[in-house]
Amino acid sequence: MMRAARRWAAGLLCALLLPAASPQAMPAVLPPLPPLSVQQIAPGVWVHVGLIGDFAADNAGDLANLGFVVGSRCVAVIDTGGSRQVGAALLAAIRLHTTLPVCYVIATHMHPDHLLGHAAFRTEPAEFVSSVHQGKSLAARAAGYLTRQASQLGAQAAGTAIVPADRLVDGEMVLDLGGRHLQLRTWRTAHTDNDLTVQDDLSGTLFTGDLLFVGHLPVIDGSLRGWLAILPILRTLVHGPVVPGHGPPGNGSEPFQAQERYLQQLATEVRAALKGGRTLAETVAQSPAPTGGWQLVELYHRRNVTAAFAELEWED
Amino acid sequence: MWNLMPLMRRFMPALVLVLGSAASLAHASDPEAWAKIRASLFQDRPIEEASADLLRLDAPNRAEDAAVVPIGIHTGIEQGSQRFVQKAWLIIDQNPSPVAASFTYTPDSGRADIETRVRVNEYTLIRAVAELNDGSLHMVSRFVKASGGCSAPAGKDPAEAAASLGRMKVKVDGVAEVDKPVLAQLMISHPNDSGLAMDQLSRNYTPAHFVREIQVSYADRRVLTAEVDISISENPNFRFYFVPHGAGELSVEAIDSQELHFRTAVKLDPGTNLAASVRPAAGS
Repeated sequence: MMRAARRWAAGLLCALLLPAASPQAMPAVLPPLPPLSVQQIAPGVWVHVGLIGDFAADNAGDLANLGFVVGSRCVAVIDTGGSRQVGAALLAAIRLHTTLPVCYVIATHMHPDHLLGHAAFRTEPAEFVSSVHQGKSLAARAAGYLTRQASQLGAQAAGTAIVPADRLVDGEMVLDLGGRHLQLRTWRTAHTDNDLTVQDDLSGTLFTGDLLFVGHLPVIDGSLRGWLAILPILRTLVHGPVVPGHGPPGNGSEPFQAQERYLQQLATEVRAALKGGRTLAETVAQSPAPTGGWQLVELYHRRNVTAAFAELEWED
Repeated sequence: MWNLMPLMRRFMPALVLVLGSAASLAHASDPEAWAKIRASLFQDRPIEEASADLLRLDAPNRAEDAAVVPIGIHTGIEQGSQRFVQKAWLIIDQNPSPVAASFTYTPDSGRADIETRVRVNEYTLIRAVAELNDGSLHMVSRFVKASGGCSAPAGKDPAEAAASLGRMKVKVDGVAEVDKPVLAQLMISHPNDSGLAMDQLSRNYTPAHFVREIQVSYADRRVLTAEVDISISENPNFRFYFVPHGAGELSVEAIDSQELHFRTAVKLDPGTNLAASVRPAAGS
């Protein structure tokens, strides 16, 4: 155990200390990316739509939707992308539209495509905000996330680091940006155990994080039952633009229904397999491709079946 | 006890550079990793490549969910009194703690088969090594690719797993016949925390808390002993065989790294139809 602990500890410390401990590894020579393309979906509410795909050298981890909301006093950033490079390109995009300081950097959950850009915001007087549950879950995964990101992005990974949150949300919290407020809300385990949504009071814009996927197959890294249970509640919050974690922003509730259909279909299929006495391996092997025109089925569907099986077998 | 943390903090950056470069060179087939494991478990004992009719290892080509990778070890021989598998190891070369489990069998095990679920983070070879009662060692291995995206070998809902800590289910499917191997499934609700996650603010480690041993008996005769480790998934799950020689009780005791004991049992009357049967676990 001790040897194992040291080995994983070393990996984790690597993740946390390496950027600080070796200045020569900082991206001094890495050319910055151009400012991210952003669209204003409501006054003062900006969104960058990420690519639908996996980490790769040619995308620098620009996979998640990112946003920023501009108040009269300061700016809040919602997710920062999958590398310091992408975070810096988001900050460059913010600077094209406002000179106000960034006072909050909010992570909607622990996944690397959403928060590995945090380090680019250390130059701002920002508080880093997350669900109270994020720290432990991210700690268990940080070393792996950084190792994999580095191997998939190559040079584009330079400077990426885990930035611990210093303001934790447990339930609800309101952040004042001057003239507008953001309502932050944590949820029971659903997409992950540390999902957090952000809603702007002026425009009603709802940033769902990965509690809503559009086009990109939903990914279960928390609880299928929890996710299905909160979807109806989440829908009641919609009274303005909706920014999903992946896929195009929209207004209506159709994307919620499409996602719910997939998750419900999955639950039905896995419950039938359990009732029929099939094993996990058999159930994964026999799972039919989902309907609904989702992207990244090959990457995530069998994984979802696995997660659903391991959860639902405890039901009775 | 010595506090090693200040030392670790001081020297870790250097150590990290060394390990970091080693890790980036480590490929699927890492003879060095296996050489170390082999030396510690089997010293210089000869290990034969197992024939397919003696030993088979089922694993997916790709770990779809790094936290829950189904693995099956299947043996081709019945557990007779003359020739039987007395022990089997499940080894994941590239995991932080590579020896995921060792299973000790008896002739009453019926078949020395086991199915379980493991955590797999990196591209790795997974091995099954079986020791027959004549002391000979036989091995099969399979290469498993790491999963894509944000998959990680950590628990999904640790709060839930902790809340139902020690809840167990034992199922025996179908009709059990006297003196014939019967398939059973054991599920244990447990976060199986590796203890390797560091709190980013305090730089302290969360304590390890995992199931370390499982003892299964039928009618007071041992059918399986499993020594398990942090490579086993959250909510450890095992499918295994045993042979009932008459009516009796299949009893399970699980012991975790904090010396918590969890027990459950199911009564059997071979020949009658055995629906899934569950009794709440008694913690102690």
